[in-house]
Amino acid sequence: MGYLSLTDADRAEMLAAIGVSSLDELFDQIPPGVRFGRELEVPPALGEAELARHLEELASRNVHTGSELSFVGAGIYDHYVPSVADVVLSRGEFLTAYTPYQPEMSQGTLQAIFEYQTVICELTGMDVSNASGYDGCTVAADACFVARHVSDRRKVVLAETLNPQVRQVVKTYARGFGFEVVELGHRDGVVDPDELGAAASDAAAVFFQQPNFLGCLEDAPALAAAANDAGALSVAHVDLMSLSVLESPGAYGCALAIGEGQSAGNWPSYGGPHYGFLASRSDYVRRMPGRIVGETVDADGRRAYVLTLQTREQHIRREKATSNITTNQTLLALAGLATLSWLGPEGLREVGETCLALSQYARERVPLEPAFDQPVFKEVAFRTPMPARELVRRARERGVNPGYALGRDYEGMEDVLLVAVTEKKTVEDLDRLASVIEEVCA
Amino acid sequence: MTAEPGRAWRDTPLVFERSRPGRRAGRPPRPDLPVPELPGSLRRSQPPRLPELAEPEIVRHFTALADRTFGVDTGFYPLGSCTMKHNPRVHERLAALPGFRDLHPHAEDEDAQGALELMWNLQEILAEIAGLPAVTLQPAAGSQGELTGLMLMRAYFDERGEERDTIITADTAHGTNPASVTMAGYQLARVETDARGNLDLADLRAKVNERTAGLMLTNPSTLGLFDEGIEEVAEIFHGAGALLYYDGANLNAVVGLSRPGDMGFDIVHYNLHKTFSQPHGGGGPGGGPVAVRESIEPYLPAPVVVRDGDVFRLDHDRPKSIGRVRGFAGPFGVFVRAYAYMRAYGPELRDMSEVAVLNANYVLARLRDAYDLPYDRHCMHEFVLSARNLKREHGITALDVAKRLMDYGIHPPTVYFPLVVPEALMIEPTETEPKERLDDFVDAMLAIAQEAAESPEVLKSAPHGRPVRRLDEVRAAKQPVLRYLFDEHPALVT
Repeated sequence: MGYLSLTDADRAEMLAAIGVSSLDELFDQIPPGVRFGRELEVPPALGEAELARHLEELASRNVHTGSELSFVGAGIYDHYVPSVADVVLSRGEFLTAYTPYQPEMSQGTLQAIFEYQTVICELTGMDVSNASGYDGCTVAADACFVARHVSDRRKVVLAETLNPQVRQVVKTYARGFGFEVVELGHRDGVVDPDELGAAASDAAAVFFQQPNFLGCLEDAPALAAAANDAGALSVAHVDLMSLSVLESPGAYGCALAIGEGQSAGNWPSYGGPHYGFLASRSDYVRRMPGRIVGETVDADGRRAYVLTLQTREQHIRREKATSNITTNQTLLALAGLATLSWLGPEGLREVGETCLALSQYARERVPLEPAFDQPVFKEVAFRTPMPARELVRRARERGVNPGYALGRDYEGMEDVLLVAVTEKKTVEDLDRLASVIEEVCA
Repeated sequence: MTAEPGRAWRDTPLVFERSRPGRRAGRPPRPDLPVPELPGSLRRSQPPRLPELAEPEIVRHFTALADRTFGVDTGFYPLGSCTMKHNPRVHERLAALPGFRDLHPHAEDEDAQGALELMWNLQEILAEIAGLPAVTLQPAAGSQGELTGLMLMRAYFDERGEERDTIITADTAHGTNPASVTMAGYQLARVETDARGNLDLADLRAKVNERTAGLMLTNPSTLGLFDEGIEEVAEIFHGAGALLYYDGANLNAVVGLSRPGDMGFDIVHYNLHKTFSQPHGGGGPGGGPVAVRESIEPYLPAPVVVRDGDVFRLDHDRPKSIGRVRGFAGPFGVFVRAYAYMRAYGPELRDMSEVAVLNANYVLARLRDAYDLPYDRHCMHEFVLSARNLKREHGITALDVAKRLMDYGIHPPTVYFPLVVPEALMIEPTETEPKERLDDFVDAMLAIAQEAAESPEVLKSAPHGRPVRRLDEVRAAKQPVLRYLFDEHPALVT
């Protein structure tokens, strides 16, 4: 085993130093009744080359985004991941360090997290960001726990246009928080601000998504205002890649902004690992879950970074903590920081404009009726003349995966197809999509 | 003026301070299409102030930050309870195979057979290691595994119509245990540790009753000691109709040597980032799969990976499930690395744990005379010393020892935990360290004990060889600066 270094001579010397004659003596503390008396029944050991061959064979049986022209998004997007993200991911110091509890050993990680927090604050218009949550779903549950502590109300309202998996995770956690969960339907693909305001009147928090899961742009400022007027925390679930062209949740008055960071700097990777981001107004900073890095000075007055406000956290506050989170998604968040630094304000604006332009082109070019009459950012929902899953099946026979069948999540939307673009798609790609859909619908 | 040596290492500007208006690196494609106008209220009013740099300075920036970071790749990292073992590099190459990295999570099951088979295989190996039959891979980390386990307990008792509201944890437990108890909506009760470092059985018997839903326990404990009374502990809980939850934080001690399911645990979480070598990444990602007994299987989060003959699929149709705890089926890239690690060892995973225990006992044997040893037993994969002798005699604290270790090129152990040991130094060498590195560490610890007597001021003012000296942590919390403030930001000290 090439990961272990002890020689027989080392072992003998070490056992002698311990004062035992065999390794078994060290395990005397395990009661005989619970000692494992046989060899583990697991597949035999593989050398590195055999291991690589085995996993390459498994990988080869997956149909990935590079092997067909795909317009599937629905929460995970095929934006370009720049090579500078690899600079972060491949440096052993970032890769193999633990949570920076000892700041003198970890200034690099700490400073990078501080920069990440700043980028998230700039994009969302918020005052404070944590160092990341598990994903775009669990940060919603985290935001509920914030609401539970700042409000006496015991209900949360989720727009039905919020990502279905996010809603499912909130429902799973809500039981332990003592929260009732109410879902609010949509009208022509978006939530009605008056209906949201009415539902929010006894709610601790209201969650909506911009752009929403159906691809539509909500009247987010009106939704935030309705929630705020009703005395509920307004929480926007947003897409980092949209926030150079779409207004920031901070500017339209949200209390918290959360989301899935994957589109900015992470590969799809069959669902993870990615990073969730969570940012808030300064009012809620002491209720924030997870790690937060702050700037301070060292004994020489030199600028330095450290984990701070730790009295919120489980290792100090135990059962009174703002969350149980310990391990987070720092490495993925730093890939996000590198990606957003590489894009810069101009690049991110151009990505946003390209998404707007391509989705508009798709709307005009694809020979299907748009399902909703709303502005869009990078996804367009179309009505299909057959079940959308059937259309997907037929189009894939022609080498194009045309999108996500919304009937997988929404009753009554069996004939709705959600087509996603990113800046990696071209006019020619959309022309090909249009002609394949024309063929299969003929 | 020439910079003094090491200055760049000490003073690294923020990426925003390297920024100059008009510079850029990425140039996204711009199709020859009109950009539609958005309604005014939805349009961004103030552009985000992202950094503006060309690629060379971006690369240099992150390289400079990496230089100021200490990882397992840099040196010895005996951070107790964190299992800072070597992370094989082949894992990064394998996780980046296009068939894994570029696989969309909405892929149909038939298009993800390789991924699903990997997950199935991983579940099978995890089940064998725990001695429990059913596994969910979904939880994102150990803490989420804990919370999932508590939700499973609630679902189990709900179906049986039993109202149980209390979870018992040990006084040596990680803070995540009580925090998870609160998040799951349970009450907390604490059981004490006895003089040998085992759960105090008398205290336990007094606290377990018909309101008790279960126990959360780490075994070996955070003291690095295997609970010698574990069979009685299991009898007490099962006798009261309650369940036992195994916090897998210290599983690295017992793989192939003792199985949580055989100890009597009903629910187990694993830390794929500790035991199975997913790199810790400066704080994450992790993976926190959960294994359970047959009787708890119906409540596992959906979806789960199932096998029908030679075909694998995600089963979403689980009416009794607690629901979803994370997006999709879990952190797949973490599964690739953990699976590769298990396949590299095969049945010799037992060697991994044996060597982890041997390494820890060797270091303990060599340090036991220089530091206080609160529980005088052989340890498992880690052990806890106390610097209270140095504090009493020389005014030197565990923190001083930790900071001075940095000057010897070693990452400090975990300090001030577990809470039951004053001036605690919690040391976990892991199995991947050669004897020379263990000896380096022992020599440094012995030298520091000597320095405590002879030149305590050197320890009090340590570290001396890092990019920064000790930090003003009070100021960080009292006057929080949590983001770059652009024009109003304090200048970098020069």
